[in-house]
Amino acid sequence: MRQLKAFIKKELLEQLRGGRAVILGILFCLFGIMNPATAKMLPWLLAIMSEQLAESGMHITEIEVDAMTSWTQFFKNMPMLLIVFIVMFSGIMTAEYQKGTLINVITKGLKRWKILISKLLIMSVFWTAGYLITFAITYGYNAYFWDNHIAQNLCFAAFGYYFVGLWLISIVLLASAVLKSASGVTLFAGAAVIISYLSGFLPALREYVPTFLLNANELLMGAADRSRCSAAVGITLFLMVFNGVLSVLLFNKRML
Amino acid sequence: MNILEISHVTKTFGTKAVLNDLSFFVPEHSVFGFIGQNGAGKTTTMKIVLGLLESNQGEVLVNGEKVTFGQNCTNKYIGYLPDVPEFYDFMTPREYLSMCGRITGMCREEIREKSAELLKVVGLEGENKRIKGFSRGMKQRLGIAQALLNSPKLLICDEPTSALDPMGRKEVLDILSSVREHTTVVFSTHILSDVERICDRIAFLHEGKVALRGTLEEIRHIRNGDSIEIEFPTEQDADIFSGIYSGGRKAGRTKLLFCKRTERDMLQMMECLSQNLIPILRMEKLEPSLEDLFLEVVGK
Repeated sequence: MRQLKAFIKKELLEQLRGGRAVILGILFCLFGIMNPATAKMLPWLLAIMSEQLAESGMHITEIEVDAMTSWTQFFKNMPMLLIVFIVMFSGIMTAEYQKGTLINVITKGLKRWKILISKLLIMSVFWTAGYLITFAITYGYNAYFWDNHIAQNLCFAAFGYYFVGLWLISIVLLASAVLKSASGVTLFAGAAVIISYLSGFLPALREYVPTFLLNANELLMGAADRSRCSAAVGITLFLMVFNGVLSVLLFNKRML
Repeated sequence: MNILEISHVTKTFGTKAVLNDLSFFVPEHSVFGFIGQNGAGKTTTMKIVLGLLESNQGEVLVNGEKVTFGQNCTNKYIGYLPDVPEFYDFMTPREYLSMCGRITGMCREEIREKSAELLKVVGLEGENKRIKGFSRGMKQRLGIAQALLNSPKLLICDEPTSALDPMGRKEVLDILSSVREHTTVVFSTHILSDVERICDRIAFLHEGKVALRGTLEEIRHIRNGDSIEIEFPTEQDADIFSGIYSGGRKAGRTKLLFCKRTERDMLQMMECLSQNLIPILRMEKLEPSLEDLFLEVVGK
Protein backbone atom coordinates (compact mmCIF):
# COMPACT_ATOMS: atom_id res chain seq x y z
CA MET A 1 0.00 0.00 0.00
CA ARG A 2 2.92 2.29 0.84
CA GLN A 3 4.43 1.72 -2.60
CA LEU A 4 1.11 2.40 -4.30
CA LYS A 5 0.51 5.60 -2.35
CA ALA A 6 4.01 6.88 -3.12
CA PHE A 7 3.60 6.27 -6.84
CA ILE A 8 0.08 7.71 -7.00
CA LYS A 9 1.39 10.81 -5.26
CA LYS A 10 4.08 11.08 -7.91
CA GLU A 11 1.48 10.75 -10.68
CA LEU A 12 -0.68 13.45 -9.13
CA LEU A 13 2.28 15.76 -8.69
CA GLU A 14 3.22 15.19 -12.33
CA GLN A 15 -0.23 16.21 -13.56
CA LEU A 16 -0.36 19.25 -11.30
CA ARG A 17 3.17 20.57 -11.82
CA GLY A 18 3.32 19.61 -15.48
CA GLY A 19 0.26 21.80 -16.09
CA ARG A 20 -1.90 19.03 -17.51
CA ALA A 21 -4.42 19.34 -14.69
CA VAL A 22 -4.91 23.06 -15.37
CA ILE A 23 -5.25 22.58 -19.13
CA LEU A 24 -7.80 19.81 -18.63
CA GLY A 25 -9.71 21.90 -16.07
CA ILE A 26 -9.96 24.82 -18.50
CA LEU A 27 -10.95 22.52 -21.37
CA PHE A 28 -13.69 20.76 -19.45
CA CYS A 29 -15.08 24.10 -18.23
CA LEU A 30 -15.00 25.58 -21.73
CA PHE A 31 -16.83 22.61 -23.20
CA GLY A 32 -19.39 22.87 -20.42
CA ILE A 33 -20.07 26.53 -21.18
CA MET A 34 -20.00 26.08 -24.95
CA ASN A 35 -23.12 23.86 -25.10
CA PRO A 36 -25.69 26.29 -23.66
CA ALA A 37 -23.85 29.20 -25.30
CA THR A 38 -24.19 27.64 -28.75
CA ALA A 39 -27.86 26.94 -28.08
CA LYS A 40 -28.41 30.52 -26.96
CA MET A 41 -26.66 31.95 -30.00
CA LEU A 42 -28.40 29.72 -32.52
CA PRO A 43 -31.42 31.97 -33.23
CA TRP A 44 -29.13 34.97 -33.59
CA LEU A 45 -26.84 33.10 -36.00
CA LEU A 46 -29.78 31.95 -38.05
CA ALA A 47 -31.18 35.47 -38.19
CA ILE A 48 -27.91 36.70 -39.68
CA MET A 49 -27.91 33.91 -42.23
CA SER A 50 -31.61 34.09 -43.05
CA GLU A 51 -31.19 37.00 -45.50
CA GLN A 52 -28.65 35.09 -47.53
CA LEU A 53 -30.76 31.97 -47.39
CA ALA A 54 -33.86 33.93 -48.44
CA GLU A 55 -32.03 34.99 -51.60
CA SER A 56 -31.55 31.37 -52.50
CA GLY A 57 -35.16 30.64 -51.82
CA MET A 58 -35.00 29.18 -48.34
CA HIS A 59 -37.15 30.63 -45.61
CA ILE A 60 -36.45 30.18 -41.98
CA THR A 61 -39.35 30.21 -39.59
CA GLU A 62 -39.09 31.05 -35.92
CA ILE A 63 -36.68 28.69 -34.23
CA GLU A 64 -37.34 27.44 -30.75
CA VAL A 65 -34.36 26.78 -28.55
CA ASP A 66 -34.63 24.73 -25.39
CA ALA A 67 -32.58 22.51 -23.08
CA MET A 68 -32.72 19.78 -25.72
CA THR A 69 -30.72 21.94 -28.15
CA SER A 70 -28.07 22.42 -25.52
CA TRP A 71 -27.94 18.74 -24.59
CA THR A 72 -27.68 17.76 -28.24
CA GLN A 73 -24.66 20.07 -28.43
CA PHE A 74 -23.25 18.42 -25.31
CA PHE A 75 -23.33 14.97 -26.86
CA LYS A 76 -22.08 16.30 -30.19
CA ASN A 77 -19.03 17.92 -28.58
CA MET A 78 -18.26 15.04 -26.25
CA PRO A 79 -16.37 12.87 -28.81
CA MET A 80 -14.06 15.82 -29.46
CA LEU A 81 -13.37 16.19 -25.75
CA LEU A 82 -12.76 12.46 -25.48
CA ILE A 83 -10.24 12.59 -28.34
CA VAL A 84 -8.38 15.48 -26.70
CA PHE A 85 -8.35 13.60 -23.41
CA ILE A 86 -6.98 10.41 -24.96
CA VAL A 87 -4.30 12.28 -26.91
CA MET A 88 -3.23 14.11 -23.75
CA PHE A 89 -2.82 10.87 -21.83
CA SER A 90 -1.43 8.75 -24.68
CA GLY A 91 2.12 9.37 -23.45
CA ILE A 92 1.43 8.51 -19.83
CA MET A 93 3.59 5.37 -20.03
CA THR A 94 5.52 5.81 -23.27
CA ALA A 95 7.14 9.03 -22.04
CA GLU A 96 8.49 7.02 -19.10
CA TYR A 97 9.87 4.32 -21.40
CA GLN A 98 11.55 6.88 -23.59
CA LYS A 99 13.17 8.70 -20.70
CA GLY A 100 13.96 5.53 -18.75
CA THR A 101 12.42 6.87 -15.55
CA LEU A 102 10.66 3.59 -14.72
CA ILE A 103 13.96 1.71 -14.45
CA ASN A 104 14.84 3.44 -11.20
CA VAL A 105 11.54 2.74 -9.50
CA ILE A 106 11.33 -0.86 -10.72
CA THR A 107 14.87 -1.63 -9.57
CA LYS A 108 13.84 -0.14 -6.23
CA GLY A 109 11.35 -2.98 -5.99
CA LEU A 110 8.13 -1.29 -7.13
CA LYS A 111 5.74 -3.99 -8.32
CA ARG A 112 4.91 -3.50 -11.96
CA TRP A 113 1.15 -3.88 -11.56
CA LYS A 114 1.19 -0.99 -9.11
CA ILE A 115 2.54 1.28 -11.84
CA LEU A 116 -0.38 0.33 -14.07
CA ILE A 117 -2.95 0.74 -11.30
CA SER A 118 -1.61 4.21 -10.48
CA LYS A 119 -1.80 5.29 -14.09
CA LEU A 120 -5.28 3.84 -14.48
CA LEU A 121 -6.45 5.56 -11.33
CA ILE A 122 -5.08 8.96 -12.34
CA MET A 123 -6.67 8.80 -15.80
CA SER A 124 -10.00 7.63 -14.37
CA VAL A 125 -10.04 10.31 -11.68
CA PHE A 126 -9.30 13.08 -14.18
CA TRP A 127 -11.90 11.76 -16.63
CA THR A 128 -14.53 11.43 -13.90
CA ALA A 129 -13.85 14.85 -12.41
CA GLY A 130 -13.63 16.53 -15.80
CA TYR A 131 -16.77 14.87 -17.10
CA LEU A 132 -18.68 15.86 -13.97
CA ILE A 133 -17.54 19.48 -14.35
CA THR A 134 -18.67 19.65 -17.99
CA PHE A 135 -21.97 17.96 -17.18
CA ALA A 136 -22.63 20.12 -14.13
CA ILE A 137 -21.92 23.37 -15.97
CA THR A 138 -24.18 22.47 -18.89
CA TYR A 139 -26.86 21.20 -16.51
CA GLY A 140 -26.69 24.39 -14.45
CA TYR A 141 -27.01 26.76 -17.41
CA ASN A 142 -29.76 24.65 -18.95
CA ALA A 143 -31.72 24.70 -15.70
CA TYR A 144 -31.27 28.47 -15.49
CA PHE A 145 -32.31 29.26 -19.09
CA TRP A 146 -34.73 26.44 -19.85
CA ASP A 147 -35.94 23.23 -18.26
CA ASN A 148 -33.88 20.05 -18.09
CA HIS A 149 -36.93 17.80 -17.73
CA ILE A 150 -37.53 17.90 -21.43
CA ALA A 151 -34.59 15.53 -21.98
CA GLN A 152 -35.46 11.96 -21.14
CA ASN A 153 -32.96 9.41 -19.79
CA LEU A 154 -30.49 12.29 -19.42
CA CYS A 155 -28.32 10.77 -16.70
CA PHE A 156 -28.19 7.42 -18.45
CA ALA A 157 -27.23 9.00 -21.77
CA ALA A 158 -24.48 10.93 -20.02
CA PHE A 159 -23.38 7.75 -18.26
CA GLY A 160 -23.00 6.06 -21.68
CA TYR A 161 -20.40 8.57 -22.83
CA TYR A 162 -18.65 8.47 -19.47
CA PHE A 163 -18.50 4.67 -19.61
CA VAL A 164 -17.09 4.65 -23.14
CA GLY A 165 -14.46 7.09 -21.83
CA LEU A 166 -13.47 4.57 -19.15
CA TRP A 167 -13.32 1.82 -21.77
CA LEU A 168 -10.98 3.95 -23.89
CA ILE A 169 -8.81 4.61 -20.84
CA SER A 170 -8.43 0.86 -20.37
CA ILE A 171 -7.41 0.62 -24.03
CA VAL A 172 -4.83 3.39 -23.60
CA LEU A 173 -3.44 1.38 -20.68
CA LEU A 174 -3.28 -1.83 -22.70
CA ALA A 175 -1.64 -0.12 -25.66
CA SER A 176 0.83 1.63 -23.35
CA ALA A 177 1.87 -1.69 -21.81
CA VAL A 178 2.93 -2.94 -25.24
CA LEU A 179 3.73 -0.03 -27.55
CA LYS A 180 6.67 2.35 -27.50
CA SER A 181 5.28 5.64 -28.75
CA ALA A 182 2.41 7.94 -27.83
CA SER A 183 1.25 8.16 -31.44
CA GLY A 184 1.04 4.37 -31.51
CA VAL A 185 -1.16 4.43 -28.41
CA THR A 186 -3.45 7.05 -29.94
CA LEU A 187 -3.75 5.06 -33.16
CA PHE A 188 -4.49 1.89 -31.20
CA ALA A 189 -7.30 3.63 -29.31
CA GLY A 190 -8.61 5.08 -32.57
CA ALA A 191 -8.56 1.65 -34.20
CA ALA A 192 -10.53 0.20 -31.26
CA VAL A 193 -13.27 2.83 -31.70
CA ILE A 194 -13.40 2.28 -35.46
CA ILE A 195 -13.68 -1.49 -35.03
CA SER A 196 -16.46 -1.00 -32.51
CA TYR A 197 -18.27 1.40 -34.88
CA LEU A 198 -17.93 -0.84 -37.91
CA SER A 199 -19.10 -3.88 -35.96
CA GLY A 200 -22.06 -1.79 -34.86
CA PHE A 201 -23.20 -1.51 -38.47
CA LEU A 202 -23.94 -5.22 -38.49
CA PRO A 203 -27.51 -5.57 -37.21
CA ALA A 204 -26.66 -8.69 -35.22
CA LEU A 205 -23.88 -6.92 -33.29
CA ARG A 206 -25.39 -3.45 -33.06
CA GLU A 207 -26.46 -3.62 -29.43
CA TYR A 208 -23.36 -5.47 -28.25
CA VAL A 209 -20.57 -3.01 -28.98
CA PRO A 210 -19.30 -0.28 -26.62
CA THR A 211 -20.02 2.49 -29.13
CA PHE A 212 -23.74 1.59 -28.94
CA LEU A 213 -23.66 3.56 -25.67
CA LEU A 214 -23.00 6.72 -27.67
CA ASN A 215 -26.56 6.73 -29.06
CA ALA A 216 -27.51 9.54 -26.72
CA ASN A 217 -30.01 11.27 -29.04
CA GLU A 218 -32.36 8.32 -29.22
CA LEU A 219 -32.30 8.03 -25.47
CA LEU A 220 -32.92 11.75 -24.93
CA MET A 221 -35.90 11.74 -27.26
CA GLY A 222 -37.24 8.69 -25.54
CA ALA A 223 -37.00 6.80 -28.82
CA ALA A 224 -34.81 4.14 -27.21
CA ASP A 225 -35.20 2.35 -23.95
CA ARG A 226 -32.28 2.18 -21.52
CA SER A 227 -32.83 -1.54 -20.99
CA ARG A 228 -31.67 -2.06 -24.56
CA CYS A 229 -28.24 -0.84 -23.48
CA SER A 230 -27.66 -3.40 -20.75
CA ALA A 231 -25.84 -5.83 -23.06
CA ALA A 232 -23.50 -3.09 -24.27
CA VAL A 233 -22.85 -1.98 -20.68
CA GLY A 234 -22.04 -5.54 -19.64
CA ILE A 235 -19.74 -6.16 -22.59
CA THR A 236 -17.95 -2.83 -22.12
CA LEU A 237 -17.40 -3.64 -18.45
CA PHE A 238 -16.06 -7.07 -19.39
CA LEU A 239 -13.71 -5.50 -21.96
CA MET A 240 -12.41 -3.05 -19.37
CA VAL A 241 -11.55 -5.82 -16.93
CA PHE A 242 -10.07 -7.89 -19.76
CA ASN A 243 -7.89 -4.97 -20.92
CA GLY A 244 -6.74 -4.36 -17.36
CA VAL A 245 -5.73 -7.98 -16.73
CA LEU A 246 -4.06 -8.29 -20.13
CA SER A 247 -2.12 -5.06 -19.51
CA VAL A 248 -0.70 -6.43 -16.26
CA LEU A 249 0.29 -9.74 -17.87
CA LEU A 250 1.95 -8.07 -20.84
CA PHE A 251 3.66 -5.36 -18.83
CA ASN A 252 5.15 -7.96 -16.49
CA LYS A 253 6.94 -9.48 -19.47
CA ARG A 254 7.99 -6.22 -21.04
CA MET A 255 11.75 -5.70 -21.38
CA LEU A 256 12.80 -2.29 -20.13
CA MET B 1 30.18 -15.52 0.27
CA ASN B 2 29.42 -14.37 -3.24
CA ILE B 3 26.90 -11.57 -3.49
CA LEU B 4 26.51 -12.07 -7.24
CA GLU B 5 26.91 -15.25 -9.27
CA ILE B 6 26.39 -15.39 -12.99
CA SER B 7 26.59 -18.82 -14.57
CA HIS B 8 26.40 -19.71 -18.26
CA VAL B 9 24.25 -16.77 -19.26
CA THR B 10 23.48 -16.39 -22.95
CA LYS B 11 21.57 -13.54 -24.54
CA THR B 12 20.85 -12.93 -28.18
CA PHE B 13 19.16 -10.00 -29.86
CA GLY B 14 17.80 -11.31 -33.13
CA THR B 15 20.69 -13.26 -34.59
CA LYS B 16 23.36 -11.31 -32.73
CA ALA B 17 24.72 -13.10 -29.65
CA VAL B 18 25.56 -10.37 -27.15
CA LEU B 19 26.37 -12.66 -24.22
CA ASN B 20 27.79 -16.07 -24.95
CA ASP B 21 27.97 -18.44 -22.00
CA LEU B 22 29.00 -15.70 -19.58
CA SER B 23 30.07 -16.79 -16.09
CA PHE B 24 31.67 -14.93 -13.19
CA PHE B 25 31.10 -14.20 -9.54
CA VAL B 26 31.57 -11.25 -7.22
CA PRO B 27 32.55 -11.84 -3.58
CA GLU B 28 31.14 -9.64 -0.84
CA HIS B 29 32.81 -6.36 0.10
CA SER B 30 34.80 -5.94 -3.05
CA VAL B 31 34.85 -3.26 -5.70
CA PHE B 32 34.41 -5.14 -8.91
CA GLY B 33 35.35 -3.57 -12.22
CA PHE B 34 33.48 -4.88 -15.21
CA ILE B 35 35.49 -3.88 -18.23
CA GLY B 36 34.70 -4.03 -21.89
CA GLN B 37 34.56 -2.04 -25.08
CA ASN B 38 31.42 -0.16 -26.05
CA GLY B 39 28.88 -2.75 -27.11
CA ALA B 40 30.63 -5.63 -25.35
CA GLY B 41 27.46 -6.47 -23.40
CA LYS B 42 28.08 -4.75 -20.08
CA THR B 43 24.73 -3.00 -19.87
CA THR B 44 22.94 -6.12 -21.10
CA THR B 45 24.54 -8.16 -18.31
CA MET B 46 23.50 -5.60 -15.71
CA LYS B 47 19.94 -5.45 -16.98
CA ILE B 48 19.72 -9.24 -16.77
CA VAL B 49 20.97 -9.10 -13.16
CA LEU B 50 18.23 -6.55 -12.44
CA GLY B 51 15.52 -8.64 -14.10
CA LEU B 52 14.87 -5.96 -16.72
CA LEU B 53 15.92 -8.25 -19.57
CA GLU B 54 15.33 -11.95 -20.00
CA SER B 55 18.33 -14.16 -20.70
CA ASN B 56 18.03 -17.02 -23.18
CA GLN B 57 19.95 -19.40 -20.95
CA GLY B 58 21.78 -19.54 -17.67
CA GLU B 59 21.21 -18.50 -14.11
CA VAL B 60 21.90 -15.42 -12.04
CA LEU B 61 22.00 -15.47 -8.23
CA VAL B 62 21.98 -12.34 -6.09
CA ASN B 63 22.72 -12.95 -2.42
CA GLY B 64 22.01 -16.63 -3.05
CA GLU B 65 18.54 -16.01 -4.52
CA LYS B 66 17.61 -16.61 -8.12
CA VAL B 67 16.89 -13.60 -10.33
CA THR B 68 13.64 -13.80 -12.24
CA PHE B 69 12.76 -11.66 -15.24
CA GLY B 70 9.93 -9.17 -14.81
CA GLN B 71 8.78 -9.33 -11.21
CA ASN B 72 12.18 -9.58 -9.57
CA CYS B 73 12.43 -10.00 -5.79
CA THR B 74 16.22 -9.85 -5.54
CA ASN B 75 16.15 -6.15 -6.44
CA LYS B 76 15.66 -5.43 -2.75
CA TYR B 77 19.35 -6.21 -2.25
CA ILE B 78 20.46 -4.04 -5.14
CA GLY B 79 21.03 -0.35 -5.68
CA TYR B 80 21.29 0.54 -9.35
CA LEU B 81 22.80 3.55 -11.05
CA PRO B 82 22.03 3.54 -14.80
CA ASP B 83 24.53 5.02 -17.25
CA VAL B 84 22.31 8.05 -17.81
CA PRO B 85 20.11 8.25 -14.71
CA GLU B 86 16.75 9.85 -15.44
CA PHE B 87 14.46 11.25 -12.78
CA TYR B 88 11.09 12.90 -12.59
CA ASP B 89 12.03 16.45 -13.55
CA PHE B 90 9.16 18.02 -11.68
CA MET B 91 10.38 16.81 -8.29
CA THR B 92 13.08 18.15 -6.01
CA PRO B 93 15.91 15.78 -4.99
CA ARG B 94 14.41 15.40 -1.54
CA GLU B 95 10.97 14.56 -2.93
CA TYR B 96 12.49 12.03 -5.29
CA LEU B 97 14.45 10.30 -2.56
CA SER B 98 11.38 10.32 -0.36
CA MET B 99 9.38 8.55 -3.09
CA CYS B 100 12.16 5.98 -3.57
CA GLY B 101 12.32 5.43 0.17
CA ARG B 102 8.57 4.80 0.38
CA ILE B 103 8.83 2.34 -2.51
CA THR B 104 11.56 0.36 -0.76
CA GLY B 105 9.49 0.32 2.41
CA MET B 106 11.47 2.66 4.64
CA CYS B 107 9.69 4.66 7.33
CA ARG B 108 9.43 8.46 7.18
CA GLU B 109 12.00 9.12 9.90
CA GLU B 110 14.50 6.76 8.28
CA ILE B 111 13.98 8.39 4.88
CA ARG B 112 14.53 11.87 6.29
CA GLU B 113 17.77 10.90 8.04
CA LYS B 114 19.18 8.84 5.21
CA SER B 115 18.29 11.40 2.50
CA ALA B 116 19.95 14.20 4.42
CA GLU B 117 23.03 12.06 4.97
CA LEU B 118 23.29 10.95 1.33
CA LEU B 119 22.59 14.36 -0.16
CA LYS B 120 25.46 15.61 1.96
CA VAL B 121 27.73 12.80 0.76
CA VAL B 122 27.01 13.58 -2.89
CA GLY B 123 27.13 17.34 -2.34
CA LEU B 124 23.52 18.18 -3.13
CA GLU B 125 22.33 19.10 0.36
CA GLY B 126 21.59 22.71 -0.55
CA GLU B 127 19.70 21.96 -3.77
CA ASN B 128 16.01 22.60 -3.30
CA LYS B 129 15.16 23.38 -6.89
CA ARG B 130 13.51 20.89 -9.20
CA ILE B 131 15.62 18.25 -10.94
CA LYS B 132 14.72 19.83 -14.30
CA GLY B 133 17.57 22.35 -13.98
CA PHE B 134 20.22 19.80 -12.99
CA SER B 135 23.45 19.27 -14.93
CA ARG B 136 24.58 15.82 -16.01
CA GLY B 137 27.03 15.60 -13.12
CA MET B 138 24.39 16.60 -10.58
CA LYS B 139 22.06 13.95 -11.93
CA GLN B 140 24.83 11.38 -11.68
CA ARG B 141 25.38 12.30 -8.04
CA LEU B 142 21.68 12.19 -7.28
CA GLY B 143 21.69 8.81 -9.00
CA ILE B 144 24.26 7.56 -6.52
CA ALA B 145 22.22 8.92 -3.63
CA GLN B 146 19.08 7.11 -4.79
CA ALA B 147 21.02 3.92 -5.42
CA LEU B 148 22.44 3.94 -1.89
CA LEU B 149 19.21 5.01 -0.19
CA ASN B 150 18.11 1.61 1.07
CA SER B 151 21.66 0.59 2.09
CA PRO B 152 21.88 -2.09 -0.61
CA LYS B 153 24.15 -5.10 -0.29
CA LEU B 154 25.09 -4.75 -3.93
CA LEU B 155 25.56 -1.48 -5.77
CA ILE B 156 25.54 -1.79 -9.55
CA CYS B 157 26.78 1.21 -11.52
CA ASP B 158 26.67 1.32 -15.29
CA GLU B 159 29.53 3.46 -16.58
CA PRO B 160 29.16 5.96 -13.76
CA THR B 161 32.07 8.11 -14.89
CA SER B 162 32.12 7.97 -18.66
CA ALA B 163 30.10 11.12 -19.29
CA LEU B 164 31.68 13.28 -16.63
CA ASP B 165 34.47 15.83 -16.67
CA PRO B 166 37.67 14.97 -14.71
CA MET B 167 36.45 16.77 -11.59
CA GLY B 168 33.07 15.02 -11.61
CA ARG B 169 34.80 11.69 -12.26
CA LYS B 170 37.04 12.08 -9.26
CA GLU B 171 34.06 12.92 -7.05
CA VAL B 172 32.07 9.91 -8.21
CA LEU B 173 35.02 7.55 -7.77
CA ASP B 174 35.68 8.92 -4.29
CA ILE B 175 32.06 8.30 -3.33
CA LEU B 176 32.15 4.76 -4.71
CA SER B 177 35.29 3.84 -2.86
CA SER B 178 33.97 5.39 0.34
CA VAL B 179 30.94 3.07 0.43
CA ARG B 180 32.89 -0.17 -0.03
CA GLU B 181 32.85 -0.95 3.69
CA HIS B 182 29.11 -1.56 3.74
CA THR B 183 28.38 -2.38 0.13
CA THR B 184 29.77 -4.48 -2.66
CA VAL B 185 30.23 -2.32 -5.72
CA VAL B 186 30.06 -3.62 -9.28
CA PHE B 187 30.76 -1.03 -11.89
CA SER B 188 31.17 -1.24 -15.60
CA THR B 189 33.50 1.00 -17.48
CA HIS B 190 35.83 1.33 -20.40
CA ILE B 191 38.02 3.87 -18.59
CA LEU B 192 40.91 1.78 -17.30
CA SER B 193 42.45 4.38 -15.05
CA ASP B 194 39.23 4.40 -13.01
CA VAL B 195 39.52 0.65 -12.53
CA GLU B 196 43.13 0.85 -11.42
CA ARG B 197 42.16 3.51 -8.92
CA ILE B 198 39.40 1.83 -6.96
CA CYS B 199 38.83 -1.80 -8.00
CA ASP B 200 40.20 -4.84 -6.24
CA ARG B 201 38.77 -7.36 -8.68
CA ILE B 202 38.10 -7.14 -12.37
CA ALA B 203 36.63 -9.06 -15.28
CA PHE B 204 37.27 -8.26 -18.92
CA LEU B 205 34.25 -8.83 -21.09
CA HIS B 206 35.02 -9.54 -24.71
CA GLU B 207 32.74 -10.96 -27.39
CA GLY B 208 30.14 -11.95 -24.84
CA LYS B 209 32.51 -13.89 -22.62
CA VAL B 210 34.78 -13.15 -19.70
CA ALA B 211 38.18 -13.08 -21.33
CA LEU B 212 40.11 -12.47 -18.12
CA ARG B 213 39.19 -12.18 -14.47
CA GLY B 214 40.69 -12.11 -10.99
CA THR B 215 42.14 -9.67 -8.50
CA LEU B 216 44.09 -6.77 -9.87
CA GLU B 217 47.37 -8.42 -8.76
CA GLU B 218 46.47 -11.76 -10.28
CA ILE B 219 45.65 -10.17 -13.59
CA ARG B 220 48.90 -8.28 -13.66
CA HIS B 221 50.80 -11.52 -13.02
CA ILE B 222 49.01 -13.44 -15.71
CA ARG B 223 51.40 -12.18 -18.31
CA ASN B 224 54.49 -14.38 -18.48
CA GLY B 225 57.18 -11.89 -17.61
CA ASP B 226 57.29 -8.15 -17.28
CA SER B 227 59.40 -5.56 -18.92
CA ILE B 228 62.68 -4.54 -17.29
CA GLU B 229 64.12 -1.11 -17.78
CA ILE B 230 67.72 -0.20 -16.94
CA GLU B 231 68.99 3.35 -16.87
CA PHE B 232 72.73 3.96 -17.25
CA PRO B 233 74.75 7.05 -16.31
CA THR B 234 76.07 7.43 -19.88
CA GLU B 235 75.10 6.33 -23.36
CA GLN B 236 78.42 4.50 -23.62
CA ASP B 237 77.57 2.26 -20.64
CA ALA B 238 74.26 1.40 -22.24
CA ASP B 239 75.94 0.47 -25.49
CA ILE B 240 78.52 -1.71 -23.72
CA PHE B 241 75.80 -3.58 -21.84
CA SER B 242 73.65 -4.16 -24.91
CA GLY B 243 76.77 -5.59 -26.60
CA ILE B 244 77.18 -8.17 -23.83
CA TYR B 245 73.54 -8.89 -23.00
CA SER B 246 71.44 -8.97 -26.16
CA GLY B 247 67.71 -8.74 -26.56
CA GLY B 248 67.20 -5.21 -25.27
CA ARG B 249 66.19 -2.16 -27.20
CA LYS B 250 66.98 1.45 -26.63
CA ALA B 251 64.26 3.42 -24.94
CA GLY B 252 65.90 6.82 -24.85
CA ARG B 253 69.54 7.84 -24.89
CA THR B 254 70.65 6.09 -21.71
CA LYS B 255 67.86 3.55 -21.21
CA LEU B 256 67.52 -0.06 -22.28
CA LEU B 257 64.23 -1.94 -22.27
CA PHE B 258 63.95 -5.74 -22.11
CA CYS B 259 60.48 -7.14 -22.78
CA LYS B 260 58.93 -10.30 -21.31
CA ARG B 261 61.63 -11.15 -18.79
CA THR B 262 61.34 -13.30 -15.68
CA GLU B 263 62.80 -12.80 -12.19
CA ARG B 264 65.64 -15.12 -13.19
CA ASP B 265 66.50 -13.01 -16.21
CA MET B 266 66.69 -10.02 -13.93
CA LEU B 267 69.15 -11.75 -11.61
CA GLN B 268 71.27 -12.77 -14.58
CA MET B 269 71.35 -9.17 -15.77
CA MET B 270 72.52 -8.05 -12.34
CA GLU B 271 75.25 -10.67 -12.38
CA CYS B 272 76.37 -9.57 -15.82
CA LEU B 273 76.42 -5.92 -14.74
CA SER B 274 78.53 -6.62 -11.68
CA GLN B 275 80.94 -8.95 -13.50
CA ASN B 276 81.60 -6.35 -16.19
CA LEU B 277 81.65 -3.49 -13.72
CA ILE B 278 79.02 -1.47 -15.57
CA PRO B 279 77.45 1.19 -13.33
CA ILE B 280 73.73 1.86 -13.50
CA LEU B 281 71.44 4.57 -12.16
CA ARG B 282 68.28 2.51 -11.89
CA MET B 283 66.85 -0.92 -12.68
CA GLU B 284 63.11 -1.29 -12.67
CA LYS B 285 60.57 -4.00 -13.30
CA LEU B 286 57.73 -2.31 -15.21
CA GLU B 287 54.30 -3.57 -14.27
CA PRO B 288 52.00 -3.98 -17.24
CA SER B 289 49.23 -1.41 -17.31
CA LEU B 290 45.65 -2.53 -17.64
CA GLU B 291 45.62 -0.80 -20.94
CA ASP B 292 48.27 -3.18 -22.29
CA LEU B 293 46.28 -6.12 -20.99
CA PHE B 294 43.07 -4.76 -22.41
CA LEU B 295 44.58 -4.34 -25.84
CA GLU B 296 46.06 -7.82 -25.60
CA VAL B 297 42.65 -9.27 -24.70
CA VAL B 298 40.82 -7.56 -27.54
CA GLY B 299 43.59 -8.68 -29.86
CA LYS B 300 44.96 -5.39 -31.10
